[in-house]
Amino acid sequence: MSGDPLQQLYQDILLDHNKRPRHYGLLVQHSHHAEGYNPLCGDRMELTLQLEGDRITDAGFEAAACAICQASASIMTESLPGKSLAEVAQLEARMQSLLEDKETTDPEADGDLAALAGVSQFPARIKCATLPWHTFKRALKQETGGDHDLGAAQTE
Amino acid sequence: MTDRKTFDRQSVRADFPILQTEVRGKPLTYLDNAATGQKPNAVIEALNDYYAAENSNIHRGVHYLSEMATDAYEATRAKLAGFLHLPDPDEIIFTRGATESINLIAHGFTETILQPGDEVLITHMEHHANIVPWQIACQRTGAELKIVPVDDRGVLDMEAYSRLLNERTKLVSVVHCSNSLGTINPVKEIIAQAHAIDVPVLIDGAQSVPHAPVDVAELGCDFFVFSGHKIFGPTGIGVLWGRREWLERFPPYQSGGDMIERVDFDGTTYKAIPGKFEAGTPHIAGVIGLSAAIDYLDNLDRDGALAHEQALLETATEKLSAIEGLRILGTAPHKAAVLSFLIDGIHPHDIGTFLDADGVAIRAGHHCTQPLLKRYGVPATARASFAFYNDFADVDRLAEAVLRMQRFFG
Repeated sequence: MSGDPLQQLYQDILLDHNKRPRHYGLLVQHSHHAEGYNPLCGDRMELTLQLEGDRITDAGFEAAACAICQASASIMTESLPGKSLAEVAQLEARMQSLLEDKETTDPEADGDLAALAGVSQFPARIKCATLPWHTFKRALKQETGGDHDLGAAQTE
Repeated sequence: MTDRKTFDRQSVRADFPILQTEVRGKPLTYLDNAATGQKPNAVIEALNDYYAAENSNIHRGVHYLSEMATDAYEATRAKLAGFLHLPDPDEIIFTRGATESINLIAHGFTETILQPGDEVLITHMEHHANIVPWQIACQRTGAELKIVPVDDRGVLDMEAYSRLLNERTKLVSVVHCSNSLGTINPVKEIIAQAHAIDVPVLIDGAQSVPHAPVDVAELGCDFFVFSGHKIFGPTGIGVLWGRREWLERFPPYQSGGDMIERVDFDGTTYKAIPGKFEAGTPHIAGVIGLSAAIDYLDNLDRDGALAHEQALLETATEKLSAIEGLRILGTAPHKAAVLSFLIDGIHPHDIGTFLDADGVAIRAGHHCTQPLLKRYGVPATARASFAFYNDFADVDRLAEAVLRMQRFFG
C-alpha cells in the first residue's frame, strides 16, 4: 500500500485537510489580500493575511479547488500564524524542495507539510500544491491597510 | 473506393497500435477522444513513408520528388472535397487546425465586412476557439458579439436564436457538436433561418466530423472548419472550406512565399484561391497523413461505427447515472459520445488523476468552454469522450474506477 503512488498522493492527512480545511473563511480584519487562479484547471482561491510588523498573526482562505490545492492551502494557513516572513520563506523553500523530490521528508520537522511530498510523483499536479503559495506571495504585495474590511478589498 | 467492411470492433482496435499499450501498468482505456483521436497504422505509415521516400517541397521543384509531393498534396485537397461532398477543391484551404481556420475567417470579416453596429452571433456553448477570434474582431471593428443561450440540458434556445438574428447580424458562427456536453446542434435549421435574411453561417465541425460523415453541401453553410488530429490524422493540420465568393473577397491572412503571383517592390499580386491563403512551406506530411486518415474512414462502415458509439454512450450514461453522487452535465436528446460528469465531494482534477492511475485517460477541466461551465456554475468537469474503437470493456473500467475512487475518498 505504502508503495502505491496514489496512496502517497492522497495521504490521510491530505484528505483530512481537504475535508476539514483549517483556517477556512476570509478574515474580516486583514492587512493583505489576494486571489489566486490556475487557468489550466480552474482552481480558484482567495487569501487574507493579518500582519503585525514582519510577523503574520492570522491567515484565512476560501477556495473552489481540487483536494491537493485545498489541502495545501489549509496546511499553509495553519502554519503561517506566529511566523516571521523570514521563517515563512524557509517553509516555502522546504515545501518546494519536497515537491521537486530534492529532499526527503522529516515527519517531525515537517509536520503536515510532509503530506504534500507525494505530489512530487505527479508533475501535472505540482501547480495545484503551489497555487496557495503563489497567492501568498501576491498577497504580500497587496497591502490593504490596517483595518480594511473585506468588501473594500474585493473591489480593488 | 474499396469494399466497405462491416463494422468490426475487434479488427478496428487492432488498427491502432496505441490501444495495445499499457499505461501505469494497466491496459490503456483511452476516453479522451474529444481532445485528440488516436492514429491508425495507416496514418503512421503514411507519415513514415513520406519522410523516408518522398520528402520534398511542393509547388516549386521540377524534380521527381517535388512533383510526387505536389501531386499527393493537391490530391488530398480533391479527396477532402469528396469527403465533405463539396464540388470545388479550390475552396479548401489547409490550415494548422480548426482554430487557425476560424482565425482566418475572423481576419477576413475584420478586414472586409464588419463595421460599428454590426453583430456577430455565436452560442453559449462555443469552444474558446469560436469565441476569442470574434471578440477580437468585434473589438477591432466596433461590431458587437451576441450570444444564443443554452438551457439546463445543454440545448440551444432556438427561440432566442430567432430573436437575436436580425439585419445587423453579419455572421452566425456555431459549433456543430459541443466538445463539453456532446450536444449536436440543429445546424440545418440555424442555417435556414440565417439564409432567409442573407446572413452567412460558419459551422465548427471539430467535434462532429470524428463521429459521423458530414455532407457540407447538404448542410448548406458558408464556411466549415475542422482539425485533422481529431479525425485520427496528424496534429498541426486542419481544414477550412469557404464559399469562393467569400474567400476571393478576403485579403491574405499570412503572406510570403508560395502565395504570390508576382512580387515587385512596387507591389505584389497574389495567387488565386487556395494558394492565396497558404503562405510558406505548408505541413506537407500533415496533409499526406490526413489523406491516409480520410482513406481509413472511407473504408470504415461509418454507419456501423456511429451506431456502436451511440451504444457506448447509452451504456456509459446508464452506468454512470446509476452511481450515487454522480451527475451528468449535458443531457440533450441529440448527443455525440461525449459524457461530462461531476461527483459530489471530489474535484474533477482529482477524478482525472485517480482514473489515470487505473489506466483510464479522461479530461478534467473547463475544456476551453469557460463561459459554458460558468453558466452551469461549475469551474470544471470530468469528461469521458468515446471513439468507434472504444469497447464496452472501456465503459466498465470507467465505471469501476469511479466506484473505487468514491470508496477511496470515502
